[in-house]
Amino acid sequence: MATLFDKIWDAHVVGPRQDGRTLVYIDRHVIHDLHAPPAFAKLRKTGRDVRRPDLTVAVTDHMVATSTGRTTSTIPKSAPFLERTRSGALEFGIRLLGIDSPMQGIVHVISPELAIALPGSTVACPDSHACTVGGIGALGLATGTTEVVHVLATQTLAWNKPRQMRIVLDGGLAPDVTAKDVILFVIGHWGSDMARGHAVEFAGPVARALPVEGRMTLCNMVTELGGRAGLVAPDASVAAWLKGRAFAPQGTDWGQAVQAWKALYTDADAVFDQDLCIDCGTLEPQITWGIDPAHVIGLSGTVPNPETAPVAERAELRRALDYMQLQPGAPIAGVPVDRVFIGSCTNARLSDLQAAAAVVRGRHVAPGMHATVVPGSTMVKREAENLGLHQIFLDAGFDWGEAGCSMCAGVNGEEGSPGQRIVSTTNRNFAGRQGAGVMTHLASPETAAAAALAGCIVDRRAVQ
Amino acid sequence: MRRFQPVESVATLLDRDNIDTDQVLPAAFMRGIDPDYGAGLFALWRRDPAFVLNRPGWEKTAILVSGANFGCGSTREHACWALDEFGIRVLIAASFGEVFRDNCIRNGILPIAAGAEGLARLRSMLRDTQDPVHLLVDLATQRVTSPGFEMAFDLPAADKTALLEGLDEIGMTLLEATAIDRWESAEKAGQPWLQTLRTPL
Ligand code: SF4
Repeated sequence: MATLFDKIWDAHVVGPRQDGRTLVYIDRHVIHDLHAPPAFAKLRKTGRDVRRPDLTVAVTDHMVATSTGRTTSTIPKSAPFLERTRSGALEFGIRLLGIDSPMQGIVHVISPELAIALPGSTVACPDSHACTVGGIGALGLATGTTEVVHVLATQTLAWNKPRQMRIVLDGGLAPDVTAKDVILFVIGHWGSDMARGHAVEFAGPVARALPVEGRMTLCNMVTELGGRAGLVAPDASVAAWLKGRAFAPQGTDWGQAVQAWKALYTDADAVFDQDLCIDCGTLEPQITWGIDPAHVIGLSGTVPNPETAPVAERAELRRALDYMQLQPGAPIAGVPVDRVFIGSCTNARLSDLQAAAAVVRGRHVAPGMHATVVPGSTMVKREAENLGLHQIFLDAGFDWGEAGCSMCAGVNGEEGSPGQRIVSTTNRNFAGRQGAGVMTHLASPETAAAAALAGCIVDRRAVQ
Repeated sequence: MRRFQPVESVATLLDRDNIDTDQVLPAAFMRGIDPDYGAGLFALWRRDPAFVLNRPGWEKTAILVSGANFGCGSTREHACWALDEFGIRVLIAASFGEVFRDNCIRNGILPIAAGAEGLARLRSMLRDTQDPVHLLVDLATQRVTSPGFEMAFDLPAADKTALLEGLDEIGMTLLEATAIDRWESAEKAGQPWLQTLRTPL
């Protein structure tokens, strides 16, 4: 009577530590250019060594430029981060997927794509969206920089076992409704705090029917639910998706691994601290209107009116509407948009780009629109180019970039300018996240692509 | 790590919920390889001359008081470094973003999840005055006091010890090194593919 989370957690408990925390073994440690330099510096300062450099991978994603023809010095401020990531990886014997590597990309995109993360494994990463790998049944654990140093030095994390929550996604999805819409709806429905302190398992017919990459989108935004980890039980489609990928187990190991993954499910009699169910059958595509991921409405919906909202919520709603320069009660469709960004660890895998390209094919972005596609990894980029997707985007007037985080968080300086309104396939719409004064609407790649063509937020079902 | 000593300081009220780490430290201030994180603390808000931390008497605050879900959002530990470099030692709020809270402990900052009644009294006390209010925060006795005000708070014992002793986390874990060795051997026998990351094809 164990949950999927119990099974993975229990299999990785090394033992209790003196202070009562549990030491959890980390199978894979994937670090990146934003946190690796300070972590390497701390290691050096304390004279410690890396316990398992062979299980550690460093990648450059947050700080790299994503413009065509980029080099490590395209963004002057990024150059020292990239250089210190490189020199530190060399010094400590860690594999580096640098700017020239065909395997470079956003940490949460490449971890599953290269089969660094595997079902039933623990994967630590110093980024809040480590939970993305839950889509293949890996337990992704997000850390801060001090914890990076801890994992480097000990190959463990000292944690308290989180509480557990199951969200059963019931019903079936209408054809235009994607994994992104489902998770936005869930966050909008229950709030950005509801999974605080919990590991979340998504179950039910909708989760099971999602393709592997959609499950990653779903798990990615567990962070925006406040959760510590997200999981979908891996099934045969996951093994098929992983087979033959760069770091995947080979030979007899592969057979044994696939066999072991069959035990990765929640027992029928397992009990969760919270067990919730939500009907997805009547869902329409979703979009955020405000400055919290829970500020979500359907594309046919209207922006809330603070005057008719419960008194306790009015101040927050007013602040959000004010920042987003929206009229209370106005329809969200028709709001003019300056930029569109298709990218990030939420929605920049091959299937996301295919979905966006299907909307864009043969059409052109609206006059004055600045639309960008940044593939989640160099591999995704190559695969997309093999399919000719880049040409569809370029012909339509989109920019086609190199892989990286880019304007998801804008830490490399790629961000919008004040007053710009962006429809973005990323995961956070906090005030200023994509640049000071930038207004962000989160949506699926399809909805973002449709906005680029129309020049405004648009219910693409009405357009087609 | 620095041992946590009793803190006496003016208390600063940030009277709202859901202050995320992008507000605590905007991403722009994480750039540069050795940035001045303290200068980036609440940087967008501090552009406003009327913002409380710009007011005489509040510039050197070591105690922030706020509402629910303080430190939600991005796990950037840089947010804690910004608080630390600015001189913040204590956060008093209704609740915290979980990773952020852990990061506070690791950086010697005391995150107090205050009870509703005490916090409401504290917030209204700070709201109702134009003058700086000083608080004394003592972790050993788990009390926040000020003339005419007193509030007890809870903190998990492990966090309390870590803060008071300035304990080094890695040293504590390496006491268990033999258990880690044993665990690795067991995984190597049971799930060998997880104990190796072979050279890619
Ligand atoms: S794409 Fe955004 S959320 Fe994902 S790892 Fe990069 S910065 Fe973090």
